[in-house]
Amino acid sequence: MKILVFLLIVKMVLSLVFIPQPYSFDLSGNVTVEGRYFFYEPLFAEQERHDISLSIEPEFYHELDAGSSFTFTPFIRTDYADSERSHFDIRELNYLWVNDIWEMRLGISKVFWGVTEFLHLVDIINQTDFVEYIDGEDKLGQPMIHVSIPREWGVVDFFILPYFRERTFPGEKGRFRSLLAVDTDRAVYESADEENHIDFALRYSHTVGDWDFGMYHFNGTGREPAFLTGVDSDGRPVIRPFYELIDQTGLDLQTVQGNWLLKLESIYRSGQGESFYAAVGGFEYSFVNIALSGIDLGLIGEWAYDDRGKEATTGFNNDIMIGTRLEINDASSTEVLAGFNEDLENSDRIFFLESSRRLRDNLKIVVDAYFVIDSSEDSTIYSFRDDDNMKVELSWYF
Amino acid sequence: MKKLLILLMSTLILMPVILSAETPEENGLAIATEMDRRDKGFKDVTANMLMVLKNRHGQESTRRIRMKVLEVEGDGDKSLMIFDNPKDVKGTAFLNFTHKKGDDDQWMYLPALKRVKRISSRNKSGSFMGSEFAYEDISSQEVEKYTYKWIRDEEYKGMDCFIVEYYPVDKKNSGYTRQVSWIDKLEYRAHKVEYFDRKNSHLKTLTFKEYKKYLDRFWRADEMNMVNHQNGKSTRLEFSDYDFQTGLKDKDFSKNSLKRIR
Repeated sequence: MKILVFLLIVKMVLSLVFIPQPYSFDLSGNVTVEGRYFFYEPLFAEQERHDISLSIEPEFYHELDAGSSFTFTPFIRTDYADSERSHFDIRELNYLWVNDIWEMRLGISKVFWGVTEFLHLVDIINQTDFVEYIDGEDKLGQPMIHVSIPREWGVVDFFILPYFRERTFPGEKGRFRSLLAVDTDRAVYESADEENHIDFALRYSHTVGDWDFGMYHFNGTGREPAFLTGVDSDGRPVIRPFYELIDQTGLDLQTVQGNWLLKLESIYRSGQGESFYAAVGGFEYSFVNIALSGIDLGLIGEWAYDDRGKEATTGFNNDIMIGTRLEINDASSTEVLAGFNEDLENSDRIFFLESSRRLRDNLKIVVDAYFVIDSSEDSTIYSFRDDDNMKVELSWYF
Repeated sequence: MKKLLILLMSTLILMPVILSAETPEENGLAIATEMDRRDKGFKDVTANMLMVLKNRHGQESTRRIRMKVLEVEGDGDKSLMIFDNPKDVKGTAFLNFTHKKGDDDQWMYLPALKRVKRISSRNKSGSFMGSEFAYEDISSQEVEKYTYKWIRDEEYKGMDCFIVEYYPVDKKNSGYTRQVSWIDKLEYRAHKVEYFDRKNSHLKTLTFKEYKKYLDRFWRADEMNMVNHQNGKSTRLEFSDYDFQTGLKDKDFSKNSLKRIR
């Protein structure tokens, strides 16, 4: 059955790609070479000190009459160090149908919800592609039927999510792994339908003056796994991800007051152990055109709290995050974001840096760095304590 | 008789409002109001914009932008700018709801994350996408955003012009103490604007080139050139493919529409 669906999709793609003129495809995308250098000897013997990686993400876009369109965005990465990081994903393969009353997106797509900078708590539709980067901003394509109804009084979004995507995790040779590697081939599900369980989500969002807000309910397989210990096919101990059925209600709220942006995200989840709530909130304050230099500087402060305490799967149980965003506003669009994260209940401290600059019209460089300054033995980042690294990405856009 | 009536009515309508004004302030306001009145009723407009940034060494870099503007009854215009080039920002979109009073509403769409970000519109004096145009320069120029003063009449490039000074109402957040504008008396089009920074020294000069008339009524320049006298940089905007009254609606300028924009 799955093969049949796949063949059908391939046929659809091919028929669209080879459609005769005047239909035309818009092709864009990027090819990226990434190098990572880790400052310390790895914690685990199998891990590498250096890593080099190549990724390609083309996007085929075709617009039909009346605003309807077709999008296909495959993604492929090949990684020198970690075979789990070498992966292929369909980020998008969908058909968008727009009319005056509603819009429908059918196929694999990506949806982002949320307002805060350092933690994306309410964002739930797409699974995290964790092998990509530790910040959790890379997502796997999610099959969906998404109906959006924009009205005067707000927007209603309805989702049917017929297939579950498992989170990606580094393999034994990869950095940012747990003490025992996560065996993604041996995931455990609460639902008897496993990854074929059908999930639902309903969201209402609106803008009133200076306020943007959204609230939703999600019912289905939770994207954040719990972890069980088990053995792999060779009888070696491994960690098995356990995906439970959850109900989650979420709220995101943002207001702009002069130079201040005030933000709040909050969730209430049941079905994964005891019911709990979690929240993250804070501000971003901007200094614009400092001393007439054209430079903008933003100061960001956020606080994250999770009812589960040490059991929090996000790693943010009672944390303060502060950061600064620098935009030079030059022709090269030079930007730097620096952040510091301090756990208020143990000694965990992280510093990170993200910067980018356009080198030529089609060439961009990204330099990121990540440092675990301190970590306590019972925290999720303890096994990353020697993974301080610098990453350089060179992307060619077409 | 009917012809006479039509003639009389059109004379009344076309009669410059400034006749009744007396003080330089009233004169200035009357000129700005008349400019605004003449551009009313365009409903919506789309255009392509080539933005050429030039640094003080003369090196150029370009951005390609598609622009959509919707006229809003009783409030400021809504505008949408979609970036096609450079390729790394392709699909990035900037949505602005101008308000006659108070701060504008602004959002930025980041296609890589599929994220719509609210931005603080107190960024008035901030650079728009690395150009010499500040956010307040590209925002829709509503009459209510300034107070005015007519300075004198002067000939500019063979045209009989008013020189009018604009003073921002939001003094705290504007990057300017005043703008001096050369406006021709015949069609009420701006031909040159000089911007004075908060220390009242000459910061930038904007010039307009190649005005064309659309739908037999609406004047738009093909080229706008902003020169920054303090940092030696300049930004040129070249407009093409102006299309008026294309039938754009409110829903084409919503946060929701950003997510499917190309």
